Amino acid sequence: MKASIIVFPGSNCDRDAAVALRSAMGSAPNMVWHGDSELPDSDLILLPGGFSYGDYLRSGAMAAHSPIMREVVRRAKAGTPVLGICNGFQVLTEAGLLPGVLMRNATLRFICKDVLLKVERIDTPFARHYTPGQVVRIPIAHKDGSYFADPATLHLLENENRIAFRYCEHDGTVTDAANPNGSSDNIAGIYNETGTVLGMMPHPERLIDPAQSGTDGAKMFSSLVETLH
Amino acid sequence: MTGAAGVVPEPEGLSEELVAEHGINAEEYERLLAELGREPTITELGVFSVMWSEHCSYKSSRIWLKKLPTTGPQVIQGPGENAGVVSLGDGQAAVFKMESHNHPSFIEPYQGAATGVGGIMRDVFTMGARPVANMNALRFGSPSHPKTRHLVSGVVSGIGDYGNCMGVPTIGGETNFDPRYNDNILVNAMCVGLVDANRIFKSAAKGVGLPVVYVGSKTGRDGIHGATMASAEFDESSEEKRPTVQVGDPFTEKLLLEACLELMNEDVIIAIQDMGAAGLTSSSVEMADKGGVGIDLDLDLVPMREEGMTAYEMLLSESQERMLMVLKPGSEPVAERIFKKWELDFAVIGVTTDTGHFVARHGGVVEANIPLPALAHAAPVYERPYEKREPLPVIAPGDVQAPPSILSALERLLGSPHLSSRRWIYEQYDHMVMADTVQRPGGDAGVVRVHGTDKGLAISCDVTPRYCAADPFEGGKQAVAECWRNLTATGAKPLAITDCLNFGNPERPEIMGQFVGAIEGMAEACNVLHFPVVSGNVSLYNETNGVAIPPTPAVGGVGLIADISQMADMALKAEGDVLLVLGAEAGHLGQSIYMSVMEDRLEGAPPPVDLGKERATGDLIRGFIKAGTVNAVHDVSDGGLLVAIAEMALAGKRGVDLEAAPEWLPAHAIWFGEDQTRYVVTAAPNHVDTIKDVASVYDVPVRVLGTVGGDTMTLPGEAPLPLGMLRAAYEDWLPRFMTRG
Amino acid sequence: MKARITITLKPGVLDPQGKAIEGALHALGFDGVDGVRQGKFIEVEVTENDPERARAEIERMCEQLLANTIIENYAYELEAA
Repeated sequence: MKASIIVFPGSNCDRDAAVALRSAMGSAPNMVWHGDSELPDSDLILLPGGFSYGDYLRSGAMAAHSPIMREVVRRAKAGTPVLGICNGFQVLTEAGLLPGVLMRNATLRFICKDVLLKVERIDTPFARHYTPGQVVRIPIAHKDGSYFADPATLHLLENENRIAFRYCEHDGTVTDAANPNGSSDNIAGIYNETGTVLGMMPHPERLIDPAQSGTDGAKMFSSLVETLH
Repeated sequence: MTGAAGVVPEPEGLSEELVAEHGINAEEYERLLAELGREPTITELGVFSVMWSEHCSYKSSRIWLKKLPTTGPQVIQGPGENAGVVSLGDGQAAVFKMESHNHPSFIEPYQGAATGVGGIMRDVFTMGARPVANMNALRFGSPSHPKTRHLVSGVVSGIGDYGNCMGVPTIGGETNFDPRYNDNILVNAMCVGLVDANRIFKSAAKGVGLPVVYVGSKTGRDGIHGATMASAEFDESSEEKRPTVQVGDPFTEKLLLEACLELMNEDVIIAIQDMGAAGLTSSSVEMADKGGVGIDLDLDLVPMREEGMTAYEMLLSESQERMLMVLKPGSEPVAERIFKKWELDFAVIGVTTDTGHFVARHGGVVEANIPLPALAHAAPVYERPYEKREPLPVIAPGDVQAPPSILSALERLLGSPHLSSRRWIYEQYDHMVMADTVQRPGGDAGVVRVHGTDKGLAISCDVTPRYCAADPFEGGKQAVAECWRNLTATGAKPLAITDCLNFGNPERPEIMGQFVGAIEGMAEACNVLHFPVVSGNVSLYNETNGVAIPPTPAVGGVGLIADISQMADMALKAEGDVLLVLGAEAGHLGQSIYMSVMEDRLEGAPPPVDLGKERATGDLIRGFIKAGTVNAVHDVSDGGLLVAIAEMALAGKRGVDLEAAPEWLPAHAIWFGEDQTRYVVTAAPNHVDTIKDVASVYDVPVRVLGTVGGDTMTLPGEAPLPLGMLRAAYEDWLPRFMTRG
Repeated sequence: MKARITITLKPGVLDPQGKAIEGALHALGFDGVDGVRQGKFIEVEVTENDPERARAEIERMCEQLLANTIIENYAYELEAA
C-alpha cells in the first residue's frame, strides 16, 4: 500500500500520522508539501491534524485552497480513499469534499481528552476491523470541532448511513453529556457518498500502542492496510 | 564596515529625567559616561538601559547565583547559553529551560502568557533541539480577588493556544492561589527539547567578516522596553503600559521552528540567538561578545512591519518570532532558500568586525557605537544588603485543632482551591500531540517517550511558596527535593534542573535575604542530590506598592527513565494490594494545607528536609520500581499522607481500606502532616516483606496503611467516604469557580 | 479601491461566542442587551479602479475564501482608496 500525507504550513500531527501508518504498513508514507501540484501515486491520502495557516480566518479555510488540494479533490472524486483527521476534517469540509462545517466548541475552550465513540458503520476501508456499534476510546484535541450542518444535510447523512462515529457513553448510548463540543447529533466523523472519504475530529493516530495507554486507534490503520494493500 | 568604529555619533544632551526614565540611576550614569568616554545618544542610552537592566544583567543576583552547582558528568551545557543541556546517553541529549513572563501576563494575560511560551520554545530550538514537552508553573491571587478569574482564563488560553498550535504537548505543571499574588501573578514556562549531542548550536559568533542574518517575523513597535518593564515595580499606572505588550504568532513560530531545524541540517550556522527580551540589541551584543568580535548592523536592512521607526525603536523592539544568526560566508543563498520556502523574512543586516564595538547605523548615520565590554560586562554588579529573618517556631501537632471527622476533613481539603483537580486547565492544553506522551498531566511528573526509543523523559515543576515565605532556606531546599522526589516517583533518575527565581524588590534587605536564603537552600539540595542547575532565569521586582510576592524559586527538573515499560505511576492497580508509606512520620502541621484550610492560618516553621534521607529513600524507591516490587508510587506533598492516598485512589478508580493511625501522634497530624521525604506505594501482599527488609537496610521506616479495594475510602470509626463523593469534591471546584459570575 | 467586508453568521446558526459576549454584558449590568452575534471585519485594498469590476472581484473573494457561505453571510462597502 502507498500512502501520502499532505503537509501544510502549520500541520503538526503529520509525523504522528506517519508513525501510525508506518507501523501498520511496514513502510514509510510519502510526505507531500502543500505547495506541490504533483501528488505521487497513492492508495490513501491523509490530511493530518494541526493548525494549517494558524487556523487564521477559519480552521482549514486557507489550506483548502493550497495548490495540492486541487489534485486531492480530483483523486477523491475518482475514488482514492482520503482520511482527514481534526484539522484535516476541517480542510475537507472547506474543500467541499464533505458537507457541513466545524465550528467553535460550545465551551469556547480547547479540549484535549479521551472520548468514547460509537462506531456507526464498518463497511468502509477505514473501519472494517471494528465491530458494529463498538465503543472505542480515542482522544480529541481541538477548539473548533463542533460539527454543524443544516437539518436537511443532517437528515441526508443519517438516511445515507454516512455518519462514521458518534460521541457516546460507555454503553454506547448517545447523550448530550457525552458530547464534548456541541456537535449536531453527537457527530464525531462523517463519510462522503461512497464511503471513501472520512473526516473525523478524534485522533486515532494517538492511541496505537499500549505505551500511549490504548490501541483503539490502531484498528483504523490496520483496516486501511488490509483493504488497500 | 570595519571603519565605523572610529565614527562617534553626535551626543544629544540628554536630560536627567530621560536618563532616570531609562532605569539608570545617577551612579550608573557616571559609570556609563566613563565606559563610553562621552555623552551617549538617545539610541545608545536605550541600548545601555536594556543591557544594564536587571533582566539582562542579573546585577542584583549574579554574585549569589554562583553558589548553585552547575556541573556533573551528565551536564553538556550549563548556564550561559539559551538553554541547558544534559546527556541522555546513546548520543542523545535533553535541552531545557524555564523562564518567567510575569509582568506582561499581569497586564495582558493572554498575550503575556502566550509570548512567554513562545520565547521559551525559541530558547530551546535555537540550540538545535526539537521541543518535545512544555510545562508551566502558575501563581494567581486569591480566588476571591476580582481579577483572578480573568487572569486564570487569559493565561491558560494564552499558553494553550500557543503550545497547541506549535504542536508541542504541555504535559503538566502546577497552579497555586494565594492572596500574596493578587497584584503580581507569576507565569513561569518551561520547555524541554531533544537533540543529538553532537549537533548542539550555540551563540558565540567566532570570526570576522561573517554575515549577520535576521530571520522570522518583521519588526514592529511591540514591547519596547519590555526588558526594563520586567525590572521595575508596578504601580497604578502600569495598566497603561498595555500597548507595549508583545503579540504572539504561534503559526509563524511553528514555521520558524521547522525552517531553523531544516537549516541546522546544513552545515552553515556559526552562531544563532533568539531575539527575546531587548530583541536585536541583546541578541547581537551576546553573540558578538561571546565570539570576541565586534558587530556592525545596518538597520535600514531590517524587515519592518511599520513605517517610520527610529533606530532606538528598532534596537529595542521585542517583536516576537525573530532570530539572529551568523552564517558561514557564502551560505546565504542556502539559508535564504529555506526561509523563503517557509514564507519567512530573511535579510542580511550586518557583519561581524574586528573592532570590538557594537555599531548600529540608520539612514547613513551611526546611531550607536559602543565598546562591547561596556554593554556585556561593565553592567554594575550589586552586593545588596540583606537581612535574614529569624526562624519561626515549630508548631506542635497538638496546637492545631483536630477535625470532627478525618474523612470529611479530607473531602474539604481536596475540594479546596489548593488541592482540587487542575483538569480544567490541562484539558485546554494538547498534552498528547507528538504521540509520545506516556504519562499525562495530573500525576507526579509528566513523561514523554524519547521518540523512536524505549527511553522516557520525566519532567516536573515544583516549589512550595508558603514554605519559602516562612523559611527561604528550607523552602529552597524543599523545592529542589520535591522535584527530585516527583521524578523519582516515576522511576526516573533525576538529571538536572532549571530554575525560575521569582522575588520582590531586591533593593529591600528583607527581600534580598529571602533570595540569599533560597539560593543557599537550593544549592545545598542540588549538591547532596547530585542535581545541578543547567539553566534559569531571575525575575525580581514582583511587588506592587511595596507588597511583595512570597519568595517563589520555581524548580523544573528533568529525569531519565531507561525503559518506559518499567515506569511507575500513582494509580492504584489491583484489589488486595497492600498500601504502605515509606519515610519518617513526625506529624508536622506548621505551614500545612490542613492548617490553612481548616483554621485559615499559616504559621510556624515549614517541614524540614533531611537531604541524606531524601537521597537514600529515593534510591530505594527507584530500585523497587525497577525490580517491579511496587506497582503504584506517589510522593507525599501538599495536604499530607491521606491526600496522597486519595489522589492514588481517584487516579486508579479504586477504594482503600485504611487501618487506624498509630496512637503516638494525634490522628490528624499523621493523616495531614506534611513531613517531607515520604512516598506511598502499593505492592502485592507477597512483596511486603521484601519491601520492609530492603527498606530497613536503607534505614527507611515502613508502615502498612491498609489494602486496596472497593469503591470507598474507609477508616475505623468513621462513615465510609464513597469515591464518587470525593471525586466530585476534587473535580468541581475549579470549573465551578471559572464559570461563576 | 478599499473594501470593508463584514462577515456574520447566518441567522439560526448557533453562535456560542456571541452568547458568551451577551452573558458577559449582562454580568456587567447591561440588562437591556439581547441578540448578540459576533462576526469578522476584513479590510482589503484592490488595485482595480472600476467600481463594478472591483465589486465582482470582492464578491469572488468572499465566495471562495473569506466567508464560508454554509454558515456565514457577507456584506461590504467599497470606497476610493
